[in-house]
Amino acid sequence: MKHFLRAATAAAALLMLGGCATPPPAYDYSAFQAARPATLLVMPPLNESPDIKATPAMWSHATLPLSEAGYYVLPVTLVNETLRQNGVDTAADAHGIALDKLRDYFGADAAVYITVKRYGTSYAVISSQTLVQAHARIVDLRTGTLLWQGIAQASSAEQQQQAQGGLVGLLVAAVVHQIIGTATDAAYNYGGIASNRLLGAPRVNGVLPGPRSPQHGKVAATP
Amino acid sequence: MSRALACAAGLGLLALVGCAQAPKPLYYWDTFPKQQYSTLLREGGSADEQIQLLEAQAENARAAHAALPPGFRAHLGMLYLGAGNPQRARELWTAEKTAFPESAAYMDRLLQRLDPPAQAGKTGSPT
Repeated sequence: MKHFLRAATAAAALLMLGGCATPPPAYDYSAFQAARPATLLVMPPLNESPDIKATPAMWSHATLPLSEAGYYVLPVTLVNETLRQNGVDTAADAHGIALDKLRDYFGADAAVYITVKRYGTSYAVISSQTLVQAHARIVDLRTGTLLWQGIAQASSAEQQQQAQGGLVGLLVAAVVHQIIGTATDAAYNYGGIASNRLLGAPRVNGVLPGPRSPQHGKVAATP
Repeated sequence: MSRALACAAGLGLLALVGCAQAPKPLYYWDTFPKQQYSTLLREGGSADEQIQLLEAQAENARAAHAALPPGFRAHLGMLYLGAGNPQRARELWTAEKTAFPESAAYMDRLLQRLDPPAQAGKTGSPT
């Protein structure tokens, strides 16, 4: 029993070190901190995957992590309607809109440009894997300055304990009504986890907590 | 040896305190992200069904003294407009502005579009 306990605590401590204590190079937040954005406009994500559901999925998944990070996120469904009414039908077209126009119309401080790199399930004889990977850039609509960029992914092949930001994933599972079932839904669910890893705050080298967050003004410490 | 054990235990505890503190969510999300997904996919149920679902969720949030997320009221307003109830859309878009002043510029644009064209003409007419 004593042996087991000792081994377990040692393992827990080791896991801790492995999970948290690898320090990546610190992100340069000077532009982000100077801009202090409060209102974010998430543009329809570009999709580089073969699944056309990637754009609506990752667009709808962006609001939660950014709002919980302390930002006001303009309602994506209404933004979608506004873009369509103005003849903007594709994400690529939307990404090409001049920044001053976006700022003028939507009143946002910064725009979030997401590119979905991977989205879907690859089937294999032994096991199939669901993988979602996305990249994001936050651009100041007043100056055009790049405030932040990052990339994250989530995969069914991960061990829960190894999952970077597993807690954020758990948080999502706890607060969001998940859909369970078909393989197409699996990509949607992993998309939610990937989005939280990508856009949640505070995270090491991640998006800075916004004005509505109790963590506002703090940078996630590199251990 | 027991010292090492205590040390390891302490480390483990520190780990729990340091890493395992899941922050309390700022907003009451429930099905909202999924509803937005359905709307973007244009696969949701009828507008009335979606409205009922979100109204029920708003009720639950009130009961839990939890805040509705950014865009919730605006999205619900859009559903009401689609269901032929512009008055309710106006109320909800105004409520979005009150809850989140950051939305004011965009909500004002949307509210303007609800105004009858005669009124828009009046502001432009020389007097």
